[in-house]
Amino acid sequence: MAAITAESTSGSRPLTTAAYGEKSPQSLVFLVLLWLSLVFGILVLAVLLVTTFIEGRSRIDAQLFTNYTSQIAPETAGARAAILGTAWVIGVTALLAIPIGVAAAAYLEEFASRKSRFAHLVELNVQNLAAVPAIIYGMLAAAAVVAIGIPRNTVIAGGIALALLILPVVIVSTREALRAVPQEIRQGSLALGASPMQTLQRQTLPAAVPGIATGTILALSRAMGEAAPLLLLGGLVFVKFDPNGILSGFTTMPIQIFDWASRSQESFQQLAAAASILLLVLVLAMNGVAIIIRNKYSNPR
Amino acid sequence: MTEPTSPHLTSDPPGEPTVDSTATISMRLPEPIDAGRLELSEVPRAVLSCTDVSLYYGDFRAVNQVTMDIGVHEITALIGPSGCGKSTVLRALNRMNDLIPGTRVEGTIAYHGMDIYGRDVDPIEVRRRIGMVFQKPNPFPKSIYDNVAYGPKVIGMKVSSMDDVVEESLRAAALWDEVKDKLKQSAYGLSGGQQQRLCIARTIAVKPEVILMDEPCSALDPIATARIEDLMMELREDYTIVIVTHNMQQAARVADRTAFFTAEAAEGHGDRTGHLVEFAETTKIFSNPADPRTEDYISGRFG
Ligand SMILES: Nc1ncnc2c1ncn2[C@@H]1O[C@H](COP(=O)(O)OP(=O)(O)O)[C@@H](O)[C@H]1O
Ligand SMILES: [Mg+2]
Repeated sequence: MAAITAESTSGSRPLTTAAYGEKSPQSLVFLVLLWLSLVFGILVLAVLLVTTFIEGRSRIDAQLFTNYTSQIAPETAGARAAILGTAWVIGVTALLAIPIGVAAAAYLEEFASRKSRFAHLVELNVQNLAAVPAIIYGMLAAAAVVAIGIPRNTVIAGGIALALLILPVVIVSTREALRAVPQEIRQGSLALGASPMQTLQRQTLPAAVPGIATGTILALSRAMGEAAPLLLLGGLVFVKFDPNGILSGFTTMPIQIFDWASRSQESFQQLAAAASILLLVLVLAMNGVAIIIRNKYSNPR
Repeated sequence: MTEPTSPHLTSDPPGEPTVDSTATISMRLPEPIDAGRLELSEVPRAVLSCTDVSLYYGDFRAVNQVTMDIGVHEITALIGPSGCGKSTVLRALNRMNDLIPGTRVEGTIAYHGMDIYGRDVDPIEVRRRIGMVFQKPNPFPKSIYDNVAYGPKVIGMKVSSMDDVVEESLRAAALWDEVKDKLKQSAYGLSGGQQQRLCIARTIAVKPEVILMDEPCSALDPIATARIEDLMMELREDYTIVIVTHNMQQAARVADRTAFFTAEAAEGHGDRTGHLVEFAETTKIFSNPADPRTEDYISGRFG
C-alpha cells in the first residue's frame, strides 16, 4: 500500500538523485542559461580587473602613496592627498553616521511604541532616504553647511553628504541586529531591576555589535567609492596639501580617479588605473573584515 | 482545619490577631470567587495580595478576578491546564507584563500593602524586590561571574566585595562547587540545569524578597529538576517563592499552597477566560479538594 503510493507520486526516480533530479529539457535549458549569465557576469568583472591591473601595474609604487598629483609630471604624480582626503571624509562620515544611526535604530526598535505617530514618521523617512539618489545628498549637505557659513568644499561637508547617504543602511542593519538579540536577554536583564536604558547599553547593544559592525563597514565601504555627491560639493581635483581638519579642502580617491581618467595622456590613464586598484583593494579589504566579523559571531557562542 | 481566623492573609506578624478584619471583609464584598482568601489555622504574613485582579491583552480578558494571597517564606504553586493564565498572573506580580504592549490590569496587587500598579510606583523598583526566573534558562552571553555580578552592578547595590556576592549567590543556588574553577568562562558552556541554577543565582544576587518562577524545570531532565526542587526548598528559608508548574507532582512535592486555575467556562461567565478555582494548602488540594473541577484536574480527567 505504502509502496504503491510512493510509486505513483514520485515515479520510478531513485531517491539518491533527488538533488540533481531536474532532468526535463526545459529545466536543462534554463540551468544552462543561469550558468551563462553567471559566467558572463564574472567574466566582465574579471576582464575589467585584469585590464585595469595591467594598465596600472607600472604605477603601483611608493610614489603613488607619497606624492601629490601633478599637471606636468604625471609619471611621478601620486594620490597622497586623495588617500588622506578619503581617510578624513570617511572618518567624519563614520563619526556622524554611526552614533546617529545606532541611536535612531535603538529608538525605533527598543523604545518607540508601535502606535507612535512620531516613530512611524521616522520610519517612513528612513525608507525614503534609502531611495534618494546620491547626488541629492551632495546638494543637501552643500545647503546645510553654507547655511551655517562653512564653505562647501570642506571635509565636514563631504562627511555630512556621505553620512546622510549611508544613514538608512546603518539604521536598517542596526535594527536587524537588535531584532536578532533574543527577547529572553532583555527580559532577564529587566527582571533583575535594570532599567530599559541599562538593558540596552549593557546587554542588547553589546550583543548586537557584530551585526552593527558588519552593516556599518559595508556601508562605509560603499561611501568610500562614491564620487557624485562630493563632486557636487566641489571636491577639489587638484589638491597639493594634506587635509588637516574638518574645515580643510579635500579630494578623495574616486574624485582623483575621475579627474585622471578624463585626461588623455597615457601616464594619467595609468595613474587612474593604479589608484582604482588601490581603491578596490581597500573596499574589498573592508568587505572582508565585515564578512569575518559576521562569520565569527554568526554561530552561537 | 480549626476555626477560620481571618479571610485574609494580613500584614500583621504571625500570632497577632487581626484587629479589624470585619471592616476589610465588608470593603471587599462582594467577591465573586473567594477561593483565594485563605482559611488558616496559623496566619502568616502576606507578601503579595491580589484582589479582584483581571488581566487583559488588548481587549482579550486573559484572567478574570483573581483574589489570592502569597504568604511569606512559603512556596506557592500555580497549576492548571495550559492557557489558563498562570504565566499571565505570575508576570503581573512583578510588572513584567508591562513589557507586552496592550496589557492592562484591573483590581489591585498589593506588595506589603502597597499597590504595585499605583501611580507613583516605579516598575523597576518592583522588579528589584520581586525577581523572576524564566521557563527557558536565559543566561546572558557573558561569563558565569559576570552573569551573577550584573544585577548588583546595574541596581547600584553597595557591595564591599563583588567576589563575595558572586560566591554567596552561587552557593545559595547550589552551583558554586560545579563552577568555582571556571567563573570566567562563558555561561553558555553550562548544562541546561546549571544554566537555570545560574539564573537563580543571578536573581538571588540582587537580594529580592520574592522569586517568581515560570515553569523553571520544564526544559530540564529529571535529575536537574530534582536539584532545582531541592534548591527551592532551601531557598524558602530566605525567600518567598511563587512557581508556575504544569507538573502536579512537582507542586505536590514543593509547594506549601497551591492555586488551581482553569479557563474552562464556568457558571457566570461563558468565555475562555482564566480564573482561580481553588486555593488552599497543597495537602488539601491534593487530598480533599473542595471543587469538583480541581479533583478532575488532579486525577487527570481533564487538562
Ligand atoms: N503576549 C500575549 N498576547 C496576547 N495574548 C496572550 C499573550 N500571552 C498569553 N496570552 C493569552 O492569555 C491566555 C493565558 O496565557 P498564559 O498566561 O500564557 O497561560 P498559561 O501560562 O497558563 O499557559 C492564553 O489564552 C494566551 O493565548
Ligand atoms: Mg505559561
